[in-house]
Amino acid sequence: MEISALTIEGVREGLRRRAFSATELATEALRFAEAENPKTNAYLRFCPERALEAAGRVDEKIARGEDTGPLGGVPVAVKDVIVTKGLRTTCGSKLLANYIPPYDATAVQRLEAAGGVILGKANCDEFAMGSSNENSAFGPVRNPAALDRVPGGSSGGSAAITAQGTAVVALGSDTGGSVRQPASFCGVVGVTPTYGRVSRYGLVAFASSLDHIGPFGRCVRDAATLLGVIAGRDELDATSAEAPVPDYTAQLDGNVRGLRIGLPREYFNGLASETGDLIQAGVETLKKLGCQVKEISLPATDYAIACYYIICTAEASSNLARYDGVRYTFRSASSGALSDMYRNTRGEGFGAECKRRIMLGTYVLSAGYYDAYYLKAQKVRTLIARDFTNAFAEVDAIVTPVSPFPAFKLGEKLDDPLQMYLSDIYTITGDLAGIPCMSVPCGRTAAGLPVGMQILANHFDEARMFRLADAFERSYR
Amino acid sequence: MKLTSERVRYVAGLANLNLSDEEVERFRADLSGILEHVEKLNELDTSGVPPMAQVLYPAEDTATLRPDRDRPPLGAQTALANAPQAGAGHFKVPKVIER
Repeated sequence: MEISALTIEGVREGLRRRAFSATELATEALRFAEAENPKTNAYLRFCPERALEAAGRVDEKIARGEDTGPLGGVPVAVKDVIVTKGLRTTCGSKLLANYIPPYDATAVQRLEAAGGVILGKANCDEFAMGSSNENSAFGPVRNPAALDRVPGGSSGGSAAITAQGTAVVALGSDTGGSVRQPASFCGVVGVTPTYGRVSRYGLVAFASSLDHIGPFGRCVRDAATLLGVIAGRDELDATSAEAPVPDYTAQLDGNVRGLRIGLPREYFNGLASETGDLIQAGVETLKKLGCQVKEISLPATDYAIACYYIICTAEASSNLARYDGVRYTFRSASSGALSDMYRNTRGEGFGAECKRRIMLGTYVLSAGYYDAYYLKAQKVRTLIARDFTNAFAEVDAIVTPVSPFPAFKLGEKLDDPLQMYLSDIYTITGDLAGIPCMSVPCGRTAAGLPVGMQILANHFDEARMFRLADAFERSYR
Repeated sequence: MKLTSERVRYVAGLANLNLSDEEVERFRADLSGILEHVEKLNELDTSGVPPMAQVLYPAEDTATLRPDRDRPPLGAQTALANAPQAGAGHFKVPKVIER
């Protein structure tokens, strides 16, 4: 069993042929993951008891001749901002270092009900804030493709685990690119579904109008399968959509002839470098597959960073107000009066990036500034969303880079938060518009660093996005 | 937009964040730079553009209403389990009223 290259189909086939039992697979996967983890620090902790219990249930089903579910026996990692009942969930923060959730997130509950075997929790930037995974209170994650480089963020652990082969698939979360950018940096598939496609019940809130849960896989089919399992209406999240969930794997037939692809000129202007060359080569591949490629314009793109960093910090400052030393495990030892307890707890508990965003968000919401910043940003968000509505009247999908550059060195960008924010330019627009988007591997630089190509589609059009990504993946391998 | 240290301390107060002097200086510089970039939004004419508070897509008005029925709650004991200090079925905080 070549565990680091297993696919969901490979697990299913192995179980069917009795090459291994689910318990044997879980045992071996845990052994491998625990042995490999020190290289990357991608897992924060393992949950062998929970994994073996889940695997045991799958083996019982096999013994009874029952269907094991779409994820039967599949080893999965879950980002540590998604709560797991009885299993410590820290959000990469000192504040929640000892937090034990009393319930499971809906996505977790669904993936376990589908036979998935959770091996452990994945490292991430604190409260999912960051583009490099260097903001974790429990140490950075290293990129499996180059150990002196970042894996991207904020779902850096989930991406690294998928790339390293220490799980078959993983769950991450995306607010401004936190699934796609690390997928691109680590050379795996990462998907941000339509806003409302996947319940956020049990996803610790960062910016509620932008937060998504999304899957990682080593191939498009695996990511599509995992999305199919976790997607769909959930009464416990009022923003989750009623729309039916199609079988995302049914149309992965490689046929994309005649599909209309838009290349937004704003995303390609000034994109030199190897990343640009690789994306251009990817576009040529799409043409060879029979896609009709044309240039389009998304004129509000230039304003997206400013818009995003007002909205996400405003929402974060409000969502993170709950960590005040009363309910969630950590309280400053030096607290005096109640107000001092709040301030000391938060001052000691939050890391620098969280504080920076809480400060910016509080500032833009403060008296006298609300209209100038927050309301203005919400209006600009409308313009950005309209750009996409107009574009999808002409094209079926949009193709762009994921990041202006491949994985950078640890520490390289830590001193300049604005530069770090600006590098999110290609991924935040999809979140602002709430449309599905994904990163699919598009080759490597001369130095061997992975580069991802982004595909964006219209609301709830994940099936077509997957079809295009899968066809691309086939011709690129 | 150049922020003063006083302004940074005022905002930190609103956010209930205790900041060191170094942090105040650091955030004064960081936030000033970010706010300067954000000024860019003023180039756009947004008169008549409605604000987007939530992602919208075509759906029935009642699409996200759930049936109104009772569900077992977490329960006080479970809810208190992660409290740094709890007792007698309550979260405990420092005394706020002097007698």
